[in-house]
Amino acid sequence: MIAFLVRRLLQAIAVMAVVALCAFFMFQFVGDPVNQMVGEDATKADREYLRESLGLNDPIPVQFGKFALKAAQGDFGVSYQHKRAVSTLIVERMPATLELAVTAAILAALLGVPAGVYTGLRRFGFTSKLIMTLSLIGISLPTFLIGILLIYLFAVILGWLPSFGRGEIVKIGAWETNFLSVSGLKSIILPAITLALFQMTFIMRLIRSEMLEVLRADFIKFARARGLPNRAVHYGHALKNTLVPVITIIGLQLGSLIAFAIITETVFQWPGMGQLFLQAVQVVDIPIMSAYLILIAFFFVVINLIVDMLYYVVDPRLRVDQPSGGGGHG
Amino acid sequence: MPEAPVGPPSVWHRIWDSDIFYSFRSSKITMVAAFLTALIFLLAIFAPLVAPHSPYDVATVDLMDAELPPAWEAEGDPRFLLGTDNLGRDLWSTILFGTRISLAVGFLSVIFGLVVGVSLGLVSGYVGGYVDSFIMRVAEIQLSIPGILIALLLAGTLRGVLSAEAYNDAIVYVLVLTIGTSIWPQFARTVRGSTLVERNKEYVLAARVIGLSRFSIMWRHVLPNVMGPVLVIATINLAIAILSEATLSFLGVGVPPTEPSLGTLINEGQNYLFSGLWWITIFPGMVLAVLVLAVNLLGDWLRDALNPKLR
Amino acid sequence: MQGDNQALLSVRNLRIEFPNRRGTLVAVDDISFDIAPGEILGVVGESGAGKSLTGAAIIGLIEPPGRIAQGEIFLEGQRIDHLPYEEIRKIRGRQIGAIFQDPLTSLNPLYSVSRQLIETIQTHLPLNEREARARALELLDEVGIPGAAERIDHYPHQFSGGMRQRVVIALALCAEPRLIIADEPTTALDVSIQAQIISLLKGLCKEHGTAVMLVTHDMGVIAEAADRVAVMYSGRIAEIGPVQEVVRAAKHPYTHGLMGSIPHIGHHVDQLTQIEGSMPRLQEIPSGCPFNPRCEEASDRCRVERPNLQGVEQSEVACHLFDAQRVEARAGE
Ligand SMILES: Nc1ncnc2c1ncn2[C@@H]1O[C@H](COP(=O)(O)OP(=O)(O)OP(=O)(O)O)[C@@H](O)[C@H]1O
Ligand SMILES: [Mg+2]
Repeated sequence: MIAFLVRRLLQAIAVMAVVALCAFFMFQFVGDPVNQMVGEDATKADREYLRESLGLNDPIPVQFGKFALKAAQGDFGVSYQHKRAVSTLIVERMPATLELAVTAAILAALLGVPAGVYTGLRRFGFTSKLIMTLSLIGISLPTFLIGILLIYLFAVILGWLPSFGRGEIVKIGAWETNFLSVSGLKSIILPAITLALFQMTFIMRLIRSEMLEVLRADFIKFARARGLPNRAVHYGHALKNTLVPVITIIGLQLGSLIAFAIITETVFQWPGMGQLFLQAVQVVDIPIMSAYLILIAFFFVVINLIVDMLYYVVDPRLRVDQPSGGGGHG
Repeated sequence: MPEAPVGPPSVWHRIWDSDIFYSFRSSKITMVAAFLTALIFLLAIFAPLVAPHSPYDVATVDLMDAELPPAWEAEGDPRFLLGTDNLGRDLWSTILFGTRISLAVGFLSVIFGLVVGVSLGLVSGYVGGYVDSFIMRVAEIQLSIPGILIALLLAGTLRGVLSAEAYNDAIVYVLVLTIGTSIWPQFARTVRGSTLVERNKEYVLAARVIGLSRFSIMWRHVLPNVMGPVLVIATINLAIAILSEATLSFLGVGVPPTEPSLGTLINEGQNYLFSGLWWITIFPGMVLAVLVLAVNLLGDWLRDALNPKLR
Repeated sequence: MQGDNQALLSVRNLRIEFPNRRGTLVAVDDISFDIAPGEILGVVGESGAGKSLTGAAIIGLIEPPGRIAQGEIFLEGQRIDHLPYEEIRKIRGRQIGAIFQDPLTSLNPLYSVSRQLIETIQTHLPLNEREARARALELLDEVGIPGAAERIDHYPHQFSGGMRQRVVIALALCAEPRLIIADEPTTALDVSIQAQIISLLKGLCKEHGTAVMLVTHDMGVIAEAADRVAVMYSGRIAEIGPVQEVVRAAKHPYTHGLMGSIPHIGHHVDQLTQIEGSMPRLQEIPSGCPFNPRCEEASDRCRVERPNLQGVEQSEVACHLFDAQRVEARAGE
């Protein structure tokens, strides 16, 4: 167990190092940070001074070392566009994105998992076929279009829900939350549905196919042959065996939710990290782009670690290191 | 061409064997999807002939015609079937030309991803060792990151490297590069898996004994075997690529408004939604949704038809 | 034999079909046989002969689109095909146990052996957790798992293949069924372990008076364990009778081919080369006797008229060579 964790941890660090290298090269080769920070009319001496003070004249490995060290401490420099520390900008925006993503994730899992199990078990039923058809439509509609359609219907035509922004925000310490005011709650409904819809269909379809796969397994046939009731076979033996892939899927989906939040945040003008990142891409604000890249990679790595640990809980084959053959020919 | 004595059945034979034609005929939904796909493809290809106006020809565009609703509405103008956009361009024509761009980017991206993925998969499976683990590691990492994020980062970086003008000129290639890059791993994994299985089969060994080169062995024996899955992945990824293009354009890092794709049109139209000009967004949106849905349905059908065990 | 009241299991005119768009594939065609209490009936035949399907039909586990198109199955005189799902489920495991080919995949990898045993015991017997566990332990002891007390809470992957098949046998015996359907229980195992598992199975069944339908490709297993043997060909029974008679004095030309050599464990039917050609695919079963294209003694009649099972000595044979008049004619020569 410990060895496994250490190995995973080392891998995670390696991945982070590679990502940091990518981010660093973005700095190196895309545009000139000095140009971005001073006006066109700055003197040569000013620029040279800035270069020196930013450490841009150091050898590349030294620069990377400094960059990585700073990044590890959460220091990503100053945004070209906003002229503020990137870390502050991100920390300000993070609650909005996290609240949106977590709400969407809960929504997607709560609806997607049962729907997947159901359609897997009753694959010839009418309801299952209906759900599957609807899900295909869900996958085919781009997220932004779903958002626009929802806005048109619920904000423009019906006027029930706000079409953009977070509504009234309540501050708890540094955390700004949507969940403590009526208008905040109303505001998160449409974006959360928009973000959740694709993930939900995705989760549902994957669980369905996992379920179908497991239901074909020999041990399911044997469980039936022993006369176990359907309840035990389906929700015990079959469902538990789909758990490993399902954990992976949901874990990875959590990461991609944060990425897909970029689109949702743009449609709903949701002041989160995704919007910040997109604006950065549009004006090539490298510090924010690289910080975002590192942050997302960090999320993924952490989620992967958690997923790996959950495997341990679920699958006994991983818990016991060597099978004890004990009297194999006895 | 002389065939190796004991080869796998050819892909055409297997397609025939899997009753693909029967399953096609017996599924109405698939037929409708195929019809719609074909229709949209043809309209897009022949857009210059079909479209009543050329959206790129400034001379034919009159700002006086701007923001007209579809022809059947009270204020509609029979010249503009689906109405006009904020600049006075005929929406129907703009959609036709936009679909053309969307499809072009989608196809080229898939081809790019396919060529890169299949090649790397073959190499990975056949050469093995460090090459294999390196390629697969990269593919694995990439697969766990959403394609749209990779595409956005690449697009952003290229924006920094190229000038704004050069970027807009090269936008189709930029999109193909970014979207194609985000889809190669699926091809690579499938092909690699299949290559590993085939590599040790007798006929490949036999082919090596009679002196065929490694490359021609791979080409002749492995490739036909993976054709089916590759075709399925390609179809499903065509839908994804079309969506990615639309999304990138919607996010403002894709095709510029001067030569709009479907995503750009939707993005432009979104701003007018609140003033009641619904058609500028809704029509391109519908075309996009129908196109992607139809391609997805075809992909689903193809997957089931080539691998009946799955359903 | 028809309607024998003493039979534990009676299969009458069973026909299993797979409808598909080109027509209907008949995988098992009009077969009838009995199993007496405590009897071991061996079932042999080439791959695709319909052995597994027959077994699946008996426990009601034919997967759609396959279906029982015709015939009846009686267990102790009670008809068990066409039972509602819940009814047949209660029979499975309680009255008819099953053992499948591959012990590696028959057990749920995520549940401990004790959990799978206790779950099955409690499904069928009114025992509480503690009693069920005691019974599970007893069963593991009985199937010869050394140190059962320590190993009961282990997971399947911690057991070797032979040990896992013993666990599978224990699971099949949980509720003392009257009949066990063992579908190639040793095929996936090491040759050295096969004989042990067969003798274990045979011993346990004699002890508990359990009847067995033992499906196998292995003539040695048949000779070793079976009381009677049924030979299947193309979804039909070619010959069925006491093992001594069928093995030593086979009547059907197909059985002749199968029994061409003195069998011993590890000797597979598939390896026999006495018979030219192979069993026809379901779509291509010829008219008349399905074996006629490969039969050296086939006559015109064999190509047209399907032979029915008829009693010859203590066996029954489906072959025109044994039609009464011909046998007489031969005798008269
Ligand atoms: N789902 C199915 N659809 C169509 N045909 C089937 C299906 N399942 C079985 N069959 C056919 O039924 C016939 C009998 O199958 P069965 O599994 O009973 O053979 P078997 O005698 O057990 O062979 P083996 O020794 O290989 O286990 C085979 O020809 C097979 O092709
Ligand atoms: Mg079988």
